[in-house]
Amino acid sequence: MTTAAQPREASEKVDLWLRMYRQMVAIRQFEAQVNELYTRALMPGLAHLYIGEEAVAVGVCEALERTDYITSTHRGHGHCLAKGASPDQMFAELLGKKAGYCKGKGGSMHIADPATGNLGANAIVCGSAGIATGAAFSARRLGNGRVSVCFFGEGALGQGVLYEVMNLAQLFKLPVIYVCENNLYTEYTHYSETTAGDILMRATAFGLESASVDGQDVRAVHAISQRLVERARRGDGPAFLLCDTYRYHGHHVGDINREYYRSKQEEQTWKTERDPIANFGKWLVEQKLADAAALDRTQAELESEMKKAVDFAVAAPYPAVEEVEQDVYA
Amino acid sequence: MPETGGRELTFAQAIREALAEEMRRDPTVCILGEDVAEAGTPFKVLSGLLEEFGKDRVVDTPISEAGFTGLAVGAAMTGMRPVVDIMFGDFITLTMDQMVNQAAKVHYMSGGKWKVPMVMRTTMGATRRSAAQHSQSLHAWFCHVPGLKVVLPSTPYDAKGLLKSAIRDENPVVFFEDKMMYKLKGPVPAGDYTVPLGVADVKRVGEDITLVATSSMVQVALGAATLLEEIGISAEVVDPRTLWPLDEKTLIESAKKTSRAIVLDEGYERYGVTAELASVIATGAFYDLDAPVKRMGAMHVPIPFSPPLEDVTVPTEQTVFEAARTLCGR
Repeated sequence: MTTAAQPREASEKVDLWLRMYRQMVAIRQFEAQVNELYTRALMPGLAHLYIGEEAVAVGVCEALERTDYITSTHRGHGHCLAKGASPDQMFAELLGKKAGYCKGKGGSMHIADPATGNLGANAIVCGSAGIATGAAFSARRLGNGRVSVCFFGEGALGQGVLYEVMNLAQLFKLPVIYVCENNLYTEYTHYSETTAGDILMRATAFGLESASVDGQDVRAVHAISQRLVERARRGDGPAFLLCDTYRYHGHHVGDINREYYRSKQEEQTWKTERDPIANFGKWLVEQKLADAAALDRTQAELESEMKKAVDFAVAAPYPAVEEVEQDVYA
Repeated sequence: MPETGGRELTFAQAIREALAEEMRRDPTVCILGEDVAEAGTPFKVLSGLLEEFGKDRVVDTPISEAGFTGLAVGAAMTGMRPVVDIMFGDFITLTMDQMVNQAAKVHYMSGGKWKVPMVMRTTMGATRRSAAQHSQSLHAWFCHVPGLKVVLPSTPYDAKGLLKSAIRDENPVVFFEDKMMYKLKGPVPAGDYTVPLGVADVKRVGEDITLVATSSMVQVALGAATLLEEIGISAEVVDPRTLWPLDEKTLIESAKKTSRAIVLDEGYERYGVTAELASVIATGAFYDLDAPVKRMGAMHVPIPFSPPLEDVTVPTEQTVFEAARTLCGR
């Protein structure tokens, strides 16, 4: 899709953009299958879908090395995939199967994978802020040049520990980036009802490098992330990135009737005007970096890949009951 | 116990020596807490460590127990062996999410992929005239949580050996020091030795009654045993040393031999450690017991300030002596 005349740098950029497109589609297709599994009652527990927010995870994680760390949230499938997790082991985990990332012991809200630097998704809102900060602490102390990213939703802004660790991170000049995904809703409540004052000022008050970005624009998220990651890696300290985004589905899959907290029209506007995948695809076509047919093929390929991963997970065995007492202690 | 050549240290010096030796042995061991560096804690337990190991390894933190405990969890997951200092055991309340939902569960939730080799050192113990928020012994809370280990040393020798084991352990370990024992002197060998977690110690051999005691209550039990000897009752004093893992066998064997047992612990008696240990003994030694197992813990009141009130809230040599005498039918 690139021409030989293009300089190398531009060609690398195009590869990156196409990879980001693919990653966003992968996340959306993954989540579509999760929705399907859940509605077919094949998936135990709860599922919190990341659909609509793909550009945040992908834009940030594409600015990271494989050895860099992330922590994730209850709405974490997108972060895990963007950091390199494989869909078959993820689906297996979602179904509580032995082949899952956590041998079925963690489930949807606790996917962890040392091989991709994923310290774990966390089902306590803001629960991983300390862990992400600690990973940055050890990166600095051990001098291994790693950076740590803490993903959290705007609901976590209500937790005091966030401010404790931002203070620590700035005091110790730690290479950690706090990525706040403001999807507007803290479960079933608009964030404006729970969040006083100015969000960014909370971080600037501690001296953190702070920025906000359109979380539906993957190129913008990536560009700013790259700057913050490089800065952190250089030893210039922590940063806070506020991403404006939107959760297309409910708080979890079962949250169907949402009109008491947000209108269908609002949902429709975000989906039609600000969809991160559609808009990015349109831009790629306009820039003649990809043709529409190729993008459609990507969609179809990933849908089929996700279906295969689901089949693998459905067929995979559960852990033996004897495993219940394993892994309590190392 | 190895030959100490008459070398004696206080309990506080033994703790400090264990930390210094482990920090020399392993560069990933570091200390985090409030006033741990120049001040060496209000109890001066850590005096001198800053001078030897520097500010990068003896790290003063803000008054943010949740924040720096959470940071330690993440640091432990990524290559460090942090020892966090929670000045007063009462302040563990502020760390509960980090310890209970994060540190204790990371290994299990990740299917054994991540581990959290950290130590939390904190204090316990009443009768210091510090009132209700600086005097509690809340170790039972952590004993209730799978994934944590809980250590309560009763002598300088055990303190050094157990702390070394705790630091080398691959799991989160909570280490409770009775602040009233910091000046207690006892034999401590120079150089390296460890006391394994999960092995009880018979502190005094006896025939007529078993006094199972933890932390400073071991000293109380030994004092009571001396009083009992004067009236012809031979008391055996058994110190579990770690409440989890728990050496049930040694407790049960002692109770079988003596046929009577009192369990002493400075935590609240109601729903506390004494209940668990009494249950272990009652079940394991049922056919050999001549009396119900007696429990003695802290009274179910907030620890009062006024000295005559505070003194009656915890077991003493005299109250243990009386209880043992009654249990033996004298």
